[in-house]
Amino acid sequence: MWRFAGRRALAAVLVLFAISVMVFLIFFATPGADPAARIAGRNASQETLAQVRASFGFDKPMYMQYGLMMRHLFIDRDLTSFVNRGSQVIPQITQAIPVTLSLVIGAAVIWMVLGIIMGVAATAGRGTAVDPIIMVFGVIGVSLPVYWLGEVVNLITQSRLHDSWFAWVPPLGYAPLSDGVGTWALHLVLPWMTLAVLYAGIYARVLRSEMVGAMNEDYVRMARAKGIGEGRVLIRHALRTSLIVIVSLFGLDFGALIGGAALLTEVVFGLQGVGKLTYDSLQNFDLPVILGCVLYAAFFVVVANFIVDLAYAWLDPRVRHV
Amino acid sequence: MSEPLLEVRNLRVSFRTRTGTVTAVDGISFTVDPGEVVGLVGESGSGKSVSMLTVLRLIDNPNCVIEGEVLFKGNDLLTMSDADLRSIRGREIAMIFQDPMTALTPVYTAGWHISEQIRAHEKVSKKAANDRAIQLLTSVGIPNAESRVNSYPHEFSGGMRQRVVIAMALSCNPSLLIADEPTTALDVTIQAQILELLRDLQSEFGASIVLITHDMGVVSQMANRVMVMYGGRLVEAGSRLDVMREPAHPYTWGLMGSIPPTDGTRAVRLAAIPGAPISPSDSDRDRCLFAPRCTFATDSCRPQPGLIEHRPGHSDACIIPFSERAQRRTEALAPMRART
Ligand SMILES: Nc1ncnc2c1ncn2[C@@H]1O[C@H](COP(=O)(O)OP(=O)(O)OP(=O)(O)O)[C@@H](O)[C@H]1O
Ligand SMILES: [Mg+2]
Repeated sequence: MWRFAGRRALAAVLVLFAISVMVFLIFFATPGADPAARIAGRNASQETLAQVRASFGFDKPMYMQYGLMMRHLFIDRDLTSFVNRGSQVIPQITQAIPVTLSLVIGAAVIWMVLGIIMGVAATAGRGTAVDPIIMVFGVIGVSLPVYWLGEVVNLITQSRLHDSWFAWVPPLGYAPLSDGVGTWALHLVLPWMTLAVLYAGIYARVLRSEMVGAMNEDYVRMARAKGIGEGRVLIRHALRTSLIVIVSLFGLDFGALIGGAALLTEVVFGLQGVGKLTYDSLQNFDLPVILGCVLYAAFFVVVANFIVDLAYAWLDPRVRHV
Repeated sequence: MSEPLLEVRNLRVSFRTRTGTVTAVDGISFTVDPGEVVGLVGESGSGKSVSMLTVLRLIDNPNCVIEGEVLFKGNDLLTMSDADLRSIRGREIAMIFQDPMTALTPVYTAGWHISEQIRAHEKVSKKAANDRAIQLLTSVGIPNAESRVNSYPHEFSGGMRQRVVIAMALSCNPSLLIADEPTTALDVTIQAQILELLRDLQSEFGASIVLITHDMGVVSQMANRVMVMYGGRLVEAGSRLDVMREPAHPYTWGLMGSIPPTDGTRAVRLAAIPGAPISPSDSDRDRCLFAPRCTFATDSCRPQPGLIEHRPGHSDACIIPFSERAQRRTEALAPMRART
């Protein structure tokens, strides 16, 4: 297991390096375009261009340029945006990251718990009304668009019923953890649920179909023949083997959300997260910010995948040796 | 006469399907005495697995209708409470399935599987259960049991996995072991080893075994008594010597023709019974189900002939007068042996 973790960590570092090289090549070595002009933004003056050239070393060889770039990003952390003149890129990103992480991790906890409970309950209730009812809730969750659901939630909690039932709901936006866990959670609880509804629906359905399949497996019949109780058969045998699929699905979804796919939720609830930042910088063609976002997003996606890989190996002994 | 360990009375299992009712087991009755090995033979689809799964109520299909009685030590397993049944499953009656590759939950070690079973029935510590798992693995012939106890199913070969399953089945000293084609998924040499292991363990632990197989050869090596099933019914039952030397039912003659004789007259090709096995969805059941494939069938093969004990301990369900059987059998078996 430790060797597996070590190998995976090494692979993660290599992947990060490869991504940084690729991003660098795409942004700076695309033939036929002047990278300085792109970094400086639209309608840049001649002296801005010259400044950009000097600071990124565009007269130097490629590997030097790569090194300089990484230095600006990670060591000096002084990459500046030329579109929003003078604003530092890295602080923007380091402010956005906790917002996205808070949103996505909280939602992930909710959807995993809900999804697993719903999936197990539906499997246990096969042949009764429980199963189809839960599955219909799942479909409803999957088919509600997040921006619509978010707007409805806002409409109800921020205006229509804000003076009665939902007086406790704070105004839209993010409160950092340093304001206290309670304040932080209160600001995020509705975004969490909104984002979690979709995934809980998907996970419940996937888990149910996996578990129903597992319940027809020989090893479940064997477990019953051993005199194991139905609850234990369901949890320790059927759920345990079905979790493997859920965890690999989780790795994909979680990584994508951290990397910016939570954009719609962030926009609807006024959260300045990585998705929102990337979206804004794309709108202004703010290349340094885009670059920073891509690399930071890649970092978190790779780390999330590393953790998921470890969980996966812990769950499934068959992958530990590959 | 001692009381039978297991007594099945008029067991009938049918499935409601979209195309009508399928009768998988059609009113079978038999007993298993303490310490005996009963071979249950028949072609694929004859209802062997379904009948034995029903004994432990392991068919969880809402469309399955079960009638009859299954008495184990005098108690009806079919009507007893789930909790009572659970304390019999695995402790009094253990089961081994055909495919060792899928019988173990892939994410747990061999030791975990065995301990789970022990701890389901006895209050023992994890450590004690693990020690017993090691002993059991040793007794089923797994080398280095101390380390293999921590191996996962995918780290064992098929034959070794079946040994793990057998160790698990024996872990609570059951008085009845139901082995559903325990060697079919294994290659020939491993088959022989597993059968030998079962035989050794049987003489050591003294459990009764119901051995399901479609291989007459396996039966002749293992069983004290043989039951032959066709189309969900028992067509012949008797001691191994009676059934092997003087099989009485034409279907059994067909099965006998499909094993290589060991008395020198080697058949080049093994005979198959002509015709297709009866489909369990066939609605015309008031007759001998084997009649359409039987060379000796006449109009009097209907209505269904009952299982009649022509000699003490040897019964069959055929209308051919018992006195003519020997001659008919020679006729039936001759062409099969002659093809040399
Ligand atoms: N769930 C089910 N629904 C409908 N029919 C079924 C079901 N399970 C079993 N049957 C039918 O019951 C019959 C008996 O099946 P069973 O598995 O007992 O045969 P078998 O003698 O064990 O054969 P094999 O040697 O292939 O294992 C089969 O013909 C099958 O079609
Ligand atoms: Mg079978």
